[in-house]
Amino acid sequence: MLIYILRRTGAALATLAAASVVIFIFIHLIPGDPIYVMLGDEATPEQVEALRTRLGLDRSLPVQYFYWVGNVLQGDLGTSIFFQEPVTRIILDGAETSLLLATVTMVWIVLLGVPVGVLAATRHGTWIDQGLSGVAMLLASIPTFWVGLYLILIFAATLGWLPSSGYPSVFEEGGISNLRYLLLPSLTLAAPNAALILRLTRASMLDVAKEDYVRTARSKGIRPRRVVTRHILRNALLAVVSAFGFTFAALISEAVVTETVFALPGIGRMVVQSILRRDYPVIQGVILVIVCLYLVINLLVDISYRFLDPRVELE
Amino acid sequence: MTRSLRPFFDFFASRPVALIGLVYLVVIIVAALGANALVPYPPEQIEPVNRLSPPSWEHWFGTDHFGRDTFSRVIYGSRLALLIGVGVVSFALATGVPIGILSALFPRLGRVLMRMVDVMMAFPSLLMALGLIVILGQSVVNAILAIGMVYLTTTARITYGVSLRLREETYVEAASSMGASTLWVIRKHMLPNMISPLLVQASFVFAFAQLGAASLDFLGLGAPPEIPSWGNMLAESRIYITRAPWLLFYPGLMIVLTAFSLNLVGDALRDRMDPRFREMLGNKGR
Repeated sequence: MLIYILRRTGAALATLAAASVVIFIFIHLIPGDPIYVMLGDEATPEQVEALRTRLGLDRSLPVQYFYWVGNVLQGDLGTSIFFQEPVTRIILDGAETSLLLATVTMVWIVLLGVPVGVLAATRHGTWIDQGLSGVAMLLASIPTFWVGLYLILIFAATLGWLPSSGYPSVFEEGGISNLRYLLLPSLTLAAPNAALILRLTRASMLDVAKEDYVRTARSKGIRPRRVVTRHILRNALLAVVSAFGFTFAALISEAVVTETVFALPGIGRMVVQSILRRDYPVIQGVILVIVCLYLVINLLVDISYRFLDPRVELE
Repeated sequence: MTRSLRPFFDFFASRPVALIGLVYLVVIIVAALGANALVPYPPEQIEPVNRLSPPSWEHWFGTDHFGRDTFSRVIYGSRLALLIGVGVVSFALATGVPIGILSALFPRLGRVLMRMVDVMMAFPSLLMALGLIVILGQSVVNAILAIGMVYLTTTARITYGVSLRLREETYVEAASSMGASTLWVIRKHMLPNMISPLLVQASFVFAFAQLGAASLDFLGLGAPPEIPSWGNMLAESRIYITRAPWLLFYPGLMIVLTAFSLNLVGDALRDRMDPRFREMLGNKGR
């Protein structure tokens, strides 16, 4: 087990290192000189050169890369060209919105996706199952921003029940009630993802239902209800719970569009704006953090999977 | 009707919902090809007097903030939708399939290539597409490339999985042991057996390409704004949602119906497929 954990961690670190090179190269392929973005078109050549030297942008790319990695390892992701603030600070500012939005969205996904998926599986082949599966597929086919815009129209503009945009921190005035700002965005973001979890839960339940031990349980005369809860659901949820990890990681970056629709101060919107502003350090930093988050969750899911299900081979 | 297409049609006849999806797709293709003849107004024709008018006999889907006919623009939009879909699927297949097959046949090369695919998969797909657009510049072709890169990875993974299984088949081993060249094995044994899983993958990629392109358009980084695409129509009309809510309805509905139809067709095709390959094709596509 320990060897397995070490091997998987090593592989994750290798992927992270490769990803950091890819990020670095990609960022430097973006056309447009950040120096001119900072100083404007009227800057004198001397000013440009001075700033270039100060930021270390005049050195060769490999040197710049190792310089960047060295700083990252010390917890320094650089300084935003646009805000003149540390990138870590900017990420932390957006982190509350992004993490809370993802968490609230996860709650919807779990509450809607799993029970409905179980219902569809237990009614396999009936019109209930076909209807629910059809609705799930429909939800997965809708652009999130379209849903978001109409939710704003109905619940914010017309009925006036909920705010249409922005999100003041729960630590500011209003406290926990500020979460109402995240209600419409989280539902918007949850719709397609809940649909995927629904389909996964259903498929996973149907797979497990074919297992020998389920047939044995039934033939022993255990009540059908108990077979479903004890034998099928428990095993089927293993695959579903591991999908929660990836879903959560994906939500942070998938929220780009939703954050734009609802004008939320999250990490996703920050990346899009930084891309448009050519703010290299912020783009680099945020994408590195998101990739890192994805790899960590991936690793944890893999390891916990082997803890939860001893049948899974340790290669 | 040729004999080989017969089972295909029989199959769809037994799946009425998938048949509806298929019929819708045919309608969209006809609309895209015959857009010039079908639309009542040129898509660029401006009628400032009639701006933001609700649906009527003259303008079935209403008009936008320039007084352009939404119905005509929606019909023209189907051209770009098909172009994006066909482009992304072709790119994903043309790159992902060779990577997958070669990785399965040459394990040493495969370890490197699949590792690279893993690294690419660690990047959030929408952010990767956005980044590529910024590097390549904003155009329809670059939107196709940016979205196609995202599905290159999933297509390569699936092809790799399928190829690994096919490689173990007796007939492949037999062919190889009788001295058949690698190219022969790929052409005569691997590719023909891959058609149905790849067809399923293609329909899901086509569906998700629609949603990806719409997101790029919405963020202002997709098709150039002068092109009438469904996503651009939504992005432009966004600020008029309270004054003219119908403006956003029809382009959005077209995106939903197109993606939904493709998903229905893909799902039906998957159910009919060899069960050994079925598990590899999740409807995750992202």
